[in-house]
Amino acid sequence: MSDHELHVAKIRDGTVIDHVTGGQALNVLSILGIDGSEGLGVSVGMNVPSDRLGKKDVVKVEDRELSQSEVDVISLIAPEATINIIRDYDVAEKNRVDRPDSVVGLLSCPNRNCITTGSNEPVETKFSVVDEGVRCTYCGTIIRDSLADHIDPE
Amino acid sequence: MRQDHLITATQLSRADIEAVLDRAAEIDADPAAMADRYREAVLALCFFEPSTRTKMSFETAIKRLGGATTDMGTVESSSVKKGESLADTVRVVEGYADALVLRHPSEGAAKMAAEFVDVPVINAGDGAGHHPSQTLLDLYTIRENVGLDDLSIGIMGDLKYGRTVHSLADALTNFDARQHFISPESLQLPRSVRFDLHNAGAQLREHTDLDDVLPELDVLYVTRIQRERFPDETEYEQIAGEYQIDADTLEAASDDLAVMHPLPRVDEIDPGVDALPQATYFEQAHNGVPVRMALLDFLLSEGEL
Ligand SMILES: [Zn+2]
Repeated sequence: MSDHELHVAKIRDGTVIDHVTGGQALNVLSILGIDGSEGLGVSVGMNVPSDRLGKKDVVKVEDRELSQSEVDVISLIAPEATINIIRDYDVAEKNRVDRPDSVVGLLSCPNRNCITTGSNEPVETKFSVVDEGVRCTYCGTIIRDSLADHIDPE
Repeated sequence: MRQDHLITATQLSRADIEAVLDRAAEIDADPAAMADRYREAVLALCFFEPSTRTKMSFETAIKRLGGATTDMGTVESSSVKKGESLADTVRVVEGYADALVLRHPSEGAAKMAAEFVDVPVINAGDGAGHHPSQTLLDLYTIRENVGLDDLSIGIMGDLKYGRTVHSLADALTNFDARQHFISPESLQLPRSVRFDLHNAGAQLREHTDLDDVLPELDVLYVTRIQRERFPDETEYEQIAGEYQIDADTLEAASDDLAVMHPLPRVDEIDPGVDALPQATYFEQAHNGVPVRMALLDFLLSEGEL
């Protein structure tokens, strides 16, 4: 980790999500369903200077190791992100994010006439990941931009 | 064809389509041969939106195969009115029937329904989504009249919300078809359909004026532009009027042109066209029965399309 990241305190155990596209840190947290109410220690660095990205965000979540599938969804808004699993102040694992094939239950479909929206159907939303963005498996609607706006608050 | 359900036309390969059309042609030639084939079969009709033609056509098809129907009735008279989910409705109804025909106002309804039941589900229209059984009879009609290859087809009207248009355009990517889409700008193809057409390598052009392409067309597929798509009456009348055809319009067209329409029409095709040799829409409507018999034959015999 470079000196720039010292803006955010080191953590003992947990996950550091680094090289997040500048400005997307809060969206990363909402993708992970973390809003502070869980009691986890969360620190966020935003628009930190980065050699690779110009400006980047850094998200640190204490006492929780995020699974690969959880963080893969982050790739949709922060394709350059790296995931560092921290144990006893050391980086125990370091991974890049991969684009997942599909995103289940996280996003809501922007098509108000879709069977998954506004109805009482016992079905989770499902989007397949396509070149242009993500696509509702049910109605075919494509979300290209501002994916984070469609995160279902539950 | 190895599919349990018919949900969208994108799931159909050229071989799948040809198998159904060939079967329909056999049935058309000798309908009596099929009269007792499915004597025990029951087809459930679940229409959450009013429909006369599609429903009657499926009803006739199963009866000509020797089977029977069970009909959910109108939404007003059913348990849906009491707030039952679609998932519950289809799980109950599958116990009464060997296959299920579903029309529903929400896009993706048939896709979802198919996840909850084991009997074949046929999408008979999901909102502004798809209507693949209509497409099979459209393709049958095109094949009978002008052939499906080296085809130049104009698809005109409400391309944005027209589910018959979406399914037809998807299916035509399996053939050597040049697709011309003719509509006001506000009713052009939606992004999701463009995405599928692009992925399938479709040859497509878009026009706002029928005159630009009419002379080169083998088929003109007309759909209705609905009043509710426009904010006010004047705008509707002005725009919809540009996409209505009459006998004069067709003077610029080939004598062999087939004019098609999923019906019912209101004023987008003038009754003066009916007597012209190009008028193909009633023949098209009649083809609904043998084509749906063929479709049901595949789904009921193998449990697969
Ligand atoms: Zn949807």
